[in-house]
Amino acid sequence: MIEGAKWRRWVYFYIPLSGFVFWLLFPFYWMLVTSIRPDRELYRPWMAPNYTPFWTAHPTLVHVMDLLTETLFTRWMLNTLFIAIVSTVISLFCGVFAGYALSRLKFPFAGSLGAGIFITYLVPQTLLFIPLADIIRNFHLGDTPWALILTYPTFLIPFCTWLLMGYFKAIPRELEECARIDGATRWKAMLYIIIPIAVPGIMSAGIFAFTLSWNEFIYALVFLSSAEQKTVSVGVTSELVRGDVFYWGQLMAGALLGSIPVAFIYSFFVEHYVAGLTGSVKG
Amino acid sequence: MARVLIRNLNKMYDDFHAVKDVNLEIRDKEFLVLVGPSGCGKTTTLRMVAGLETITSGQVLIGDTVVNDLAPMDRDIAMVFQNYALYPHMSVYDNMAFGLKMRKVERAEIRKRVQDAADILGIRDYLARKPRQLSGGQRQRVALGRAIVRHPQVFLFDEPLSNLDAKLRVQMRVELKIFFNFLKTTEIYFTHDQVEAMTLGDRVVVMRGGLVQQVGEPLELYNAPVNRFVAGFIGSPAMNFAPVRVSNGKDGLRADNPGFGIDVPAEIRPRLQPYAGRDVIMGIRPEDLQLANGSYPPGLCFDAMVEVVEKLGPEILLDLQVGEQTMVAAVEPNVRAKRGDKLRFALRPERLHFFDTGSEAAI
Amino acid sequence: MAISEAVGQRPFVRAPRRGVATRLLEDERWLAAALLLPTVVLLGLFIAYPFIEGVLLSVTDTKVGIPGHFVALQNFIALWHDSIFGTAVWNTFVYTAVATVFKLALGLWLALLLNRHFRGKAFTRAFILLPFIIPTVLSTFAWKWMFDPTFSVINWSLFQLGLIHGRINWLGDPNLALISVIIVNVWRGVPFFAISLLAGLQTINPELQEAAAIDGARPWQRFWHVTWPLLLPVTMVVVLFSVIQTFADFQLVYVLTGGGPANATQLFATYAYQVGVGTGLLSEGAAISLAMFPFLLIVVVVQLLYIRRVEVH
Repeated sequence: MIEGAKWRRWVYFYIPLSGFVFWLLFPFYWMLVTSIRPDRELYRPWMAPNYTPFWTAHPTLVHVMDLLTETLFTRWMLNTLFIAIVSTVISLFCGVFAGYALSRLKFPFAGSLGAGIFITYLVPQTLLFIPLADIIRNFHLGDTPWALILTYPTFLIPFCTWLLMGYFKAIPRELEECARIDGATRWKAMLYIIIPIAVPGIMSAGIFAFTLSWNEFIYALVFLSSAEQKTVSVGVTSELVRGDVFYWGQLMAGALLGSIPVAFIYSFFVEHYVAGLTGSVKG
Repeated sequence: MARVLIRNLNKMYDDFHAVKDVNLEIRDKEFLVLVGPSGCGKTTTLRMVAGLETITSGQVLIGDTVVNDLAPMDRDIAMVFQNYALYPHMSVYDNMAFGLKMRKVERAEIRKRVQDAADILGIRDYLARKPRQLSGGQRQRVALGRAIVRHPQVFLFDEPLSNLDAKLRVQMRVELKIFFNFLKTTEIYFTHDQVEAMTLGDRVVVMRGGLVQQVGEPLELYNAPVNRFVAGFIGSPAMNFAPVRVSNGKDGLRADNPGFGIDVPAEIRPRLQPYAGRDVIMGIRPEDLQLANGSYPPGLCFDAMVEVVEKLGPEILLDLQVGEQTMVAAVEPNVRAKRGDKLRFALRPERLHFFDTGSEAAI
Repeated sequence: MAISEAVGQRPFVRAPRRGVATRLLEDERWLAAALLLPTVVLLGLFIAYPFIEGVLLSVTDTKVGIPGHFVALQNFIALWHDSIFGTAVWNTFVYTAVATVFKLALGLWLALLLNRHFRGKAFTRAFILLPFIIPTVLSTFAWKWMFDPTFSVINWSLFQLGLIHGRINWLGDPNLALISVIIVNVWRGVPFFAISLLAGLQTINPELQEAAAIDGARPWQRFWHVTWPLLLPVTMVVVLFSVIQTFADFQLVYVLTGGGPANATQLFATYAYQVGVGTGLLSEGAAISLAMFPFLLIVVVVQLLYIRRVEVH
């Protein structure tokens, strides 16, 4: 970029960028402050003269302790973790195979199958949740983790397939052919040559899929009913709000802790995540 | 060790006929080179021999077995690819051992074979490295090593030198030549580079447009090309072509072009006689055009103007204007010529080629 | 030299016999079928089947626990006359259109800022994505708390700055609720736009910018004539994804307002949930959900056609 005077750089760059950063990150700071703020400060109206919004003089872990001991929060975390991991593994398994077939094999209807998978990629969960709830009930999967483990792949597989097709297409055909001449079956050439080379892509797809399943809400809300089966999002929503009483301290502590696994994985694999994100929108 | 037989091989892609009725026999322990410009069908032929492409019609036999329906892994062949196709995620050792592992060879045997091959190729020190840490020439050797540890019936080479820079290419060509002399096995080598074909092959096959043009030993192709295409394709710089009209002159048969005219040498006369009164294409290689001195019969001489002088060192290439025709002559490096000079050239009569204008076949 | 030894001269051996499965899987078509089978089964069972089931459900009068009878298009006719449904449709369109425009504008702006070189760029980029990766429901609760009329930190800030004199009821005021919900949606979506568009920007050869600068183009002209046309294909895909997600949004509204006050923020999905799950009128809920389908289809088709046209040129 062409450099201008110093004040221009401030006006056109630093100030807007700081504004964006503040706006995008403030809610997380607010979560943190709220979750360690004692109740007597928490429920002090903003008009009150001693309202100190941005910090607290008496930090406390009481909300976190209450959350962990008096609610099923740890149970919800484990549920979510289990569901997210298993559905991610299933989706990767299917997505790797489907992506490989669609990008590297010639067979009839390949084009229309690829288009079909792309269309399902665009189907939002809210379109199908009512009939799907019916089907889940008929399969006797209602109120079990399997209701989610089997339905999350419906939006994860198309995503994984689409992303991995891009990675597979980029691998030179000769590698596979060489392996086949070397004595590998097509299956082994895929297993030993193509899949190991696509590992960065598979990581991206896996991490993205994990965050998507951790994030999912409406299926979990509709398919699960008992408190001990719930995922974090649903548990926090339905169990920490009683009637119209909001336990804000606990809620914010729950939101914060519930975000940690995703944020943790994300912090380790930012590049993979960004690759997954940008790969997913490449037409 | 085995011979390879290709019978009436055809490949159709929808409505494109890529390989047309190819018949070839590659003898046991022979080094055969298939050469042709890109799109000539040689790659498709190679892929059908390797089993990477289905065969539309015809047969490929390795030894006595028809391998049409065998998967590549069951054909007992090895192939060196143009870009080497080294597995990027494996070490050099694992690259070379992969084929043996797939065939469930014992570990000790794998180790022995890989190390023997690495010794011969001088890559023993690189066995633990990944392909991306190697230079082009080293990658080339790994690709060769990966092929030889397998002890296959047939080696296939798909333009293995074309990814190297010019200098390394010449060096590797020599290495390959030495290597093949010791290898003593059936090898089929595919290239678009006629110099590689001429220097490496026991026999050379020239292909164009899916058709085999000529099969023969290198010098046979050079001295007696069967058609204009082979004549122009083999040899560098390429053969000069000029349309000439054949006519009966007072001293016998003449071939005339607006820029020059020559007496047809006696040994060619019988073959050219039927073309009297018609146009044919005359071909002469640059090295067969020489500066004329008094000893040349005037009926084989003509005048030309120098357009460009290319001093290559061992020889000088002169781009000539002969009437409306351009020609290239390769002359001794001590010749002093500059742009605009008018020089007199002579043709070596025994080195003249004539081709039919329509069919382009040699006369 | 021991080449001949290393090459191991040996007599010709016949090819080994292979099992049926191995031979079948060597055929591309069979291998493809085998590899696609799990995907096709899962997607068929939990996408195609529910879709058909949904269509069948929407033409009956099924309620929870009560099997229904065929009522043809009665549910849809009822929706046509349902004023809440009308509100939901209107809200959904306003919500999608306004939120998408803002997400695109702000996302593009942020992407252009991030495309410069500055210290801590990777760090900034990583943090900026947080709103997108943190589970929506959880971060939305933070906003709900920030919007709380009595305890709102936003109100406090605006009051201290002297911009307001009374309290603003962000979510409780029917005129403001939709705007508040849109603010949160934009907040969550901007990082996605910014990072995707940034990836698009990075594929544009900087030499083009420099060439335009040398030709005398001003920064705004450079953006309009060089950057924007080259960024358009990526932009279209990002917008396509965002429009679909926003159109079918549920969790944000569910947490913030539940569709209220007085249906001021009711969307397709929240209304379908309210009717289908809350009230137990399964078939009507299914009908509301399905009513999204034609709109989504039009959006997808129009955008795909447009993307193809852009790619062709």
